[in-house]
Amino acid sequence: MKLTVWTYEGPPHVGAMRVATAMKGLHYVLHAPQGDTYADLLFTMIERRNHRPPVSYTTFQARDLGADTATLFKTSCQDAVDRFDPEAIIVGASCTAELIQDDPAGLAETMGLSIPVIPLELPSYSRKENFGADETFYQIVRSLAQPQERTARVTCNILGPTALGFRARDDVEELTGLLSEMGIDINVVAPLNATPSDIARLPAAHFNVLLSPETGEAAARFLEKNHNQPFTKVVPIGVGATHDFISEVAAITGVSGRPDESRLRMPWWSRSVDSTYLTGKRVFIFGDGTHVAAQARIARDEMGFEVVGIGCYNREMARPIRALAKEYGVAALITDDYLEVEAAIENLSPEMILGTQMERHIGKRLGIPCAVISAPVHVQDFPARYSPQVGFEGANVIFDTLIHPLVMGLEEHLLTMFRDDFEFHDAAGPSHHGGHSPLPEAGASGGSLPAKMKDEAVPDNVIWLSDAERELKKIPFFVRGKARRNTEAFATEKGLHEISLDTLYEAKAHYAR
Amino acid sequence: MNVPLPPTNGGCRTAPVLKERGQREVFCGLTGIIWLHRKMQDAFFLVVGSRTCAHLLQSAAGVMIFAEPRFGTAILEEQDLAGMADAHQELDREVERLLSRRPDIRQLFLVGSCPSEVIKIDLARAAERLSQVHAPHVRVLNYSGSGIETTFTEGEDACLASMVPVLKDTTARELLVVGALPDVVEDQMVSLLNDMGIGPIRLLPARRIDDTTAVGENTVFALTQPFLGDTHAALERRGARHLAAPFPFGDEGTTAWLRAIAIEFGVSEETFEAVTAAPRARARKAIAQAAEALRGKSVFFFPDSQLEIPLARFLTRECGMTAVEVGSPYIHDALHGPDLDLLPAGPQISEGQDVDKQLERARAARPDLTVCGLGLANPLEAEGLSTKWAIELVFTPVHFYEQAGDLAGLFSRPLRRKAVLHMQATSSSIETREAMR
Repeated sequence: MKLTVWTYEGPPHVGAMRVATAMKGLHYVLHAPQGDTYADLLFTMIERRNHRPPVSYTTFQARDLGADTATLFKTSCQDAVDRFDPEAIIVGASCTAELIQDDPAGLAETMGLSIPVIPLELPSYSRKENFGADETFYQIVRSLAQPQERTARVTCNILGPTALGFRARDDVEELTGLLSEMGIDINVVAPLNATPSDIARLPAAHFNVLLSPETGEAAARFLEKNHNQPFTKVVPIGVGATHDFISEVAAITGVSGRPDESRLRMPWWSRSVDSTYLTGKRVFIFGDGTHVAAQARIARDEMGFEVVGIGCYNREMARPIRALAKEYGVAALITDDYLEVEAAIENLSPEMILGTQMERHIGKRLGIPCAVISAPVHVQDFPARYSPQVGFEGANVIFDTLIHPLVMGLEEHLLTMFRDDFEFHDAAGPSHHGGHSPLPEAGASGGSLPAKMKDEAVPDNVIWLSDAERELKKIPFFVRGKARRNTEAFATEKGLHEISLDTLYEAKAHYAR
Repeated sequence: MNVPLPPTNGGCRTAPVLKERGQREVFCGLTGIIWLHRKMQDAFFLVVGSRTCAHLLQSAAGVMIFAEPRFGTAILEEQDLAGMADAHQELDREVERLLSRRPDIRQLFLVGSCPSEVIKIDLARAAERLSQVHAPHVRVLNYSGSGIETTFTEGEDACLASMVPVLKDTTARELLVVGALPDVVEDQMVSLLNDMGIGPIRLLPARRIDDTTAVGENTVFALTQPFLGDTHAALERRGARHLAAPFPFGDEGTTAWLRAIAIEFGVSEETFEAVTAAPRARARKAIAQAAEALRGKSVFFFPDSQLEIPLARFLTRECGMTAVEVGSPYIHDALHGPDLDLLPAGPQISEGQDVDKQLERARAARPDLTVCGLGLANPLEAEGLSTKWAIELVFTPVHFYEQAGDLAGLFSRPLRRKAVLHMQATSSSIETREAMR
């Protein structure tokens, strides 16, 4: 048993739902107790889908257990086929049904349905959502893909995008445009918007683009082995990665077309003088393995940040993330316990966090800016506007996303310059309309750090002398917390019990970069 | 005393009930934890279940999950399924760790789930054992919020019912009000009753364990929520007597509910009028304003919380709506009867669910407003039906006089929104463009 409040991933049958909901003409019959239908609202609310997920639940209750849950399953299966007329169905059990030992696969097979029945084995007590999606997609591809001739033109499949995928919708569009500019057509995108008959056509493509390894790798490996389709290893998130991806595709196919880079603004934006202040910003990166790896490269090589920590919650990506951490000279954090993530962030005190919905809240608590780069995400990260992560427009989107939480150069400069200005100091409140803006709480001097954290951060044996305390208050609020902690750490290290003005500036010099 | 008149065409109490079985699109009882833990300020709810249970709570709790909530899931892992002896040791260890980290916890609920029920982990015995270990500081109780046994709000019922046997004994003639209400609503209710001279009033659940009340032969109890069937039975087993009444939604429901208690405690007509006249007038005025958009409109309830029958009664009688179908996960005559008496005959009353068939009925009826869960709301909106998502009715303060206007407002907002949104080009702007050519 493990006590959990927040989980980064749902159970594996939610992964299967992500595949089923992504597809058309496929139905999922899920042997599950009453209540498991809660997962529908992830799709109808967070992703704002305008239809019910194509999932039928047996919703067995206690009174059914003694009797005949197997018949209940068969009835649900028959009803779903009659009502929704799918091209194929997938059948499986949720965690509770896994315990009652009905065999959905066996039961469905005995029914003599005229459509393909694809059984799923998803171990609910040892695996999670991403595994569920990857395995389900693999089983569907394994069952339905037919050997066939290659298309006359060079075509590829895009593998991996699912329902509830972080920016999957726009990534597919961006990638399709990029490949089209290179002279490559799309054969099938799957599972997103694919039908079972589309899945049958997968082997007609010349190669596969693996857009998200978390949910498409098993299928890509199957197609490579059984249908001789190579798949791309670089996920084109970031400018460098996109260029590498283009080279990789050129090497696989021999096409020489170059995509149009005229709309790629990110490199200039990042070189322009206003971005100078981004240099060396200390960032902590956490999320799913693929997005973390991509963001680490962007952060260091394209934004000029310093990466102070990286990690992922999906154990499947632990090995590449550990290797990457080594390359960046930092420790890798492989955990699905958000308290460990929070502890790591507190310990590293980065100036920025790139993470999931959870890290956004940790950032809020600690007063550290955060940008969301990976699932799990809430409704605001399924935006109405076009916002891919991959390709050139993706790079533009990421630049904007990463800098918005930060104070930009000129602004930072002005804030520092006028920090003692009579109507621009901390006590004046957030607006220069002095008389009208709400006054900050009495005694609030720690900037945006919550009071609790400040108390924890002050070692018992270090006291601030009044001149140093006054000087600390002159530091802009958004970096004051860090200055306070650095100074205290410096004082503790030197065995000082009092922090004077000199200690403050010695610490500043010590930490200067 | 302002007796609500039964409808002239007869009520729905004896109407035939459509009982359906099939796929149910409902939450399980674990969801109740999300509002119960806010109410019981020294309680922790420890679900013994799977990753699905944790994921459900996270999805249902939304942003609340980040506020260091007093609930969590002990997720069963593969080794827990292999050997049952381990499960108890594992649980003891997790509880030990939890209680040492949260010394402010005085009541711990071990909440059963589908997996823990199916593999029959004996949480009742675990609760007894842990109670002895952690007595007297912490009381450990157990109930099931599993989907196989409970639907949504029944989780609160199971929780409160588990507390009844351990309530202290009393011989005092006291009023016990049962059902978790938002604090602000609870205070309004207590003050109305106190003003009539009724007191002391005991509450189940109380905000803290030290306030927990006693029960006995002379206790009379009123329910503020229609989903408390098991708690009702448990209290009757302790000798307490139920005051049957419509539930306190809207002006009429609140008045009828208060009146049942006033009669029991011999409150005079004058006192009752003096206490209720002003808030009644306020409620009527607020309802009239909010209900403008609702008058003459039809409403269809999918089953969710057992609040459907009293809410349909409020919407039809006080807001001028017509009910097409009123679906409820369970109907309990002793609890829902008084509201069914007042609900004008006409709507199909249904119990249980076969969601696809029910959707077909809703599509055929094309009601002006459909009250349903979040898994159905957006798909129905996309089909052109206006919906009110039902869960909000459980989380939002909606009981008693001062909330009556807000309650009507919750239903009228989707209709008002539909009326104000104009995404299509209007004919006048098309004409303007034509003219400019």
